[in-house]
Amino acid sequence: MNNDSRFFNEMLGHGSERRAPYAEYGAWLDGEDVQRLHQMSGEAEVFFRRTGITFNVYGEPASTERLIPFDVVPRIISGREWDKLVKGIDQRVRAINAFLHDIYHRQEIIKAGRIPAELIAKNDAYLPQMAGFSPPSNIYTHIVGVDLVRTGQDEFYVLEDNARTPSGVSYMLENRETMLQLFPELFTRIPVKRVQTYPATLHRALSACAPAAARNAPVVAILTPGIHNSAYYEHSFLADQMGVYLVEGQDLRIVDGRVAMRTTRGYTPIDVLYRRIDDDFLDPLTFNPHSLLGVPGIMDIYRAGGITITNAPGTGISDDKAIYSYMPEIVEFYTGQPALLKNVETYRCSEPDSLAYVLDNLSELVVKEVHGSGGYGMLVGPAASTAELAAFEAKLRARPSNYIAQPTLALSTVPILSDAGLAPRHVDLRPYVIVSPSGVEVTPGGLTRVALKEGSLVVNSSQGGGTKDTWVLED
Amino acid sequence: MLGKTAGGLYWMFRYLERSENTARLVDAGFRIALTHSSVAEDEWKSVISTAGQKIAFNERHDRYTSANVVDFLLRDISHPASIMSMTEAARSNARMVRTALTREVWEATNECCMVLRSLLEKPIADRDLPFALRTIRQHSALVRGALHGTMLRNEIFNFARMGTFIERAESTARILDVKYYVLLPSVSFVGSSLDNVQWETILRSVSAATAYRQVHGSEPAAQTIADFLIFDKRMPRSLAFCRSKINSNLAYLADEYNERSACLDLSEAMSLRMAEQSIDDVFEHGLHYFIQDFIRQNNILSHKIEEDFRFNG
Repeated sequence: MNNDSRFFNEMLGHGSERRAPYAEYGAWLDGEDVQRLHQMSGEAEVFFRRTGITFNVYGEPASTERLIPFDVVPRIISGREWDKLVKGIDQRVRAINAFLHDIYHRQEIIKAGRIPAELIAKNDAYLPQMAGFSPPSNIYTHIVGVDLVRTGQDEFYVLEDNARTPSGVSYMLENRETMLQLFPELFTRIPVKRVQTYPATLHRALSACAPAAARNAPVVAILTPGIHNSAYYEHSFLADQMGVYLVEGQDLRIVDGRVAMRTTRGYTPIDVLYRRIDDDFLDPLTFNPHSLLGVPGIMDIYRAGGITITNAPGTGISDDKAIYSYMPEIVEFYTGQPALLKNVETYRCSEPDSLAYVLDNLSELVVKEVHGSGGYGMLVGPAASTAELAAFEAKLRARPSNYIAQPTLALSTVPILSDAGLAPRHVDLRPYVIVSPSGVEVTPGGLTRVALKEGSLVVNSSQGGGTKDTWVLED
Repeated sequence: MLGKTAGGLYWMFRYLERSENTARLVDAGFRIALTHSSVAEDEWKSVISTAGQKIAFNERHDRYTSANVVDFLLRDISHPASIMSMTEAARSNARMVRTALTREVWEATNECCMVLRSLLEKPIADRDLPFALRTIRQHSALVRGALHGTMLRNEIFNFARMGTFIERAESTARILDVKYYVLLPSVSFVGSSLDNVQWETILRSVSAATAYRQVHGSEPAAQTIADFLIFDKRMPRSLAFCRSKINSNLAYLADEYNERSACLDLSEAMSLRMAEQSIDDVFEHGLHYFIQDFIRQNNILSHKIEEDFRFNG
């Protein structure tokens, strides 16, 4: 394998000798024929198609379903490395929940001068409707996907805290299922921690957050925008795995002070709603009046304790890219400890000095929209053409506060199976976190996204990225 | 269960059943067209009317040639009642009710759709038609097999089965209606080879040629065929069989819900009225009249089921 020593290769480090977590897998790999791996790769695709693990791309006809490419070489993390990450994630997620409670109540952090008031007041993600309201057990983000990148042996950075409706967890589970089918022998040889507990853990956590109005076993439902949504597969997969209802807005209405779903026998109240639609579409009476996806009046029922909505409305204020740069202060303010996980250095283009620096160094930086996601509307300086840089400069000057910039990180690589054999490609990692009254749980594994194009740093599936199974070892 | 889910299951299995029945109709029509070229166009025309698609066909084609009819019924995705469109619709409903299905049923449905997409990508030449029809029937059999082998016998199963039998009853009724003139006693003169072929076609369109021989011997007679397809409770595509299955599924639901639905009353009343008649009564009052009435009642029942179980609100 051709290894570029500028980047940390998770299998080979900076050299050519296999790192310990890959020792056993490497020994297996040495006995494998590349031809067979390619054949398995083909079988994985058949498996994904037959199972219907597809996503829809916005802007293409609704019937077009695409596959996210799956790479058969696993990404392996040692138990020790993982435990360190978990401590950092646990701390960060607790801080996010404390921050949300504070922001929607006394706003101590602003009074203490640790973050500017206008950052909250002028932010669309801040929902005044949530002010003064406390969700059950003060949990705002029951489900979080923390995006991490690695740049060295012990260097991990948080890229983004996805605290609204993080997606991709079905890939964590289906990728493992695929690997178990293709390479069962690997799992007898190598002690890989199980990820399959995720749906049961999530179901328990959701049930534990049922509102006061709930009777007996809480009724849990997932709210999906419908079969044409890009993540519909995941919504139905999770509902199926947890054994809960999968509902759309048109199945729901308010009956006797509860949010109820239309069943074959009449309307039945829902206790916990795991919604997979954005805040804006949740309640046309409170937010976007044109939304057909939500439930008119649900916010009133929520505030009256008639239903638990997960994640809580208004959590977007904690994972906004403008807030991101304050995360080290936020973690320290609420936990009293320095943040265990590092933030990527971030330039807020709203500040004149930062903007000047960003404009001077555009070709070295990654620039993102404050409210963007999915890799849309971002600039990767080192990979951009002169024309692209010029176009972006104009955008930056026109609306500086819409952007933040970060240095281009030397993302770690993991080998993929390419046409020319094993070849390193850049990856990121999204572990899945569940918050319940009994604590924070991080499933040992996650979604590894991989940029399939040589040299590319953009891992988003909408931009040609693929995925890998992520192994955390028992060690 | 959500009303929407019940509706999705019901329609998923209606579409699958209709698609399979259309494949049978084409198979039967093709056999006649193959052996009696003089009546080929008439036969294809009657296939199109049996499918209830005359208007849609005439909007797209001038002549009832085998190429036109086969293309229209199998692969025309601009036509919602083509086998391809119905298979897509069945899959789309299956995706919607994914949580109610076992992995096996979903995968069989998904795979059926994937196979048909590639099978029907290009026009089907006459010589490839038998293979194509066989493939279509095989894949719907796989879905049915997965349903019977893996699904819990609960309300989910009941709604799936009701979709199947409402659709099947309509299909058998339509076949009888379009072909009723060959079954009328006045024209059933024995010995004409064409009549024998027509009768054979009717039996083939409901996959009942063998079953009929086992019960009634090898000499087909008009009244016996009609009797077989309307009243024989052992014959899985007869009207009486479909009626009794709908009754029993509705009765299971009444048990499970501890509440008797209005559509169960209606369904049982319809069965009772049917049981009071014999094939002689049917012919005396007119087969066409009987069938038209049956189709109308079947539609009323279908609407009542949708309403009672809140498919749409």
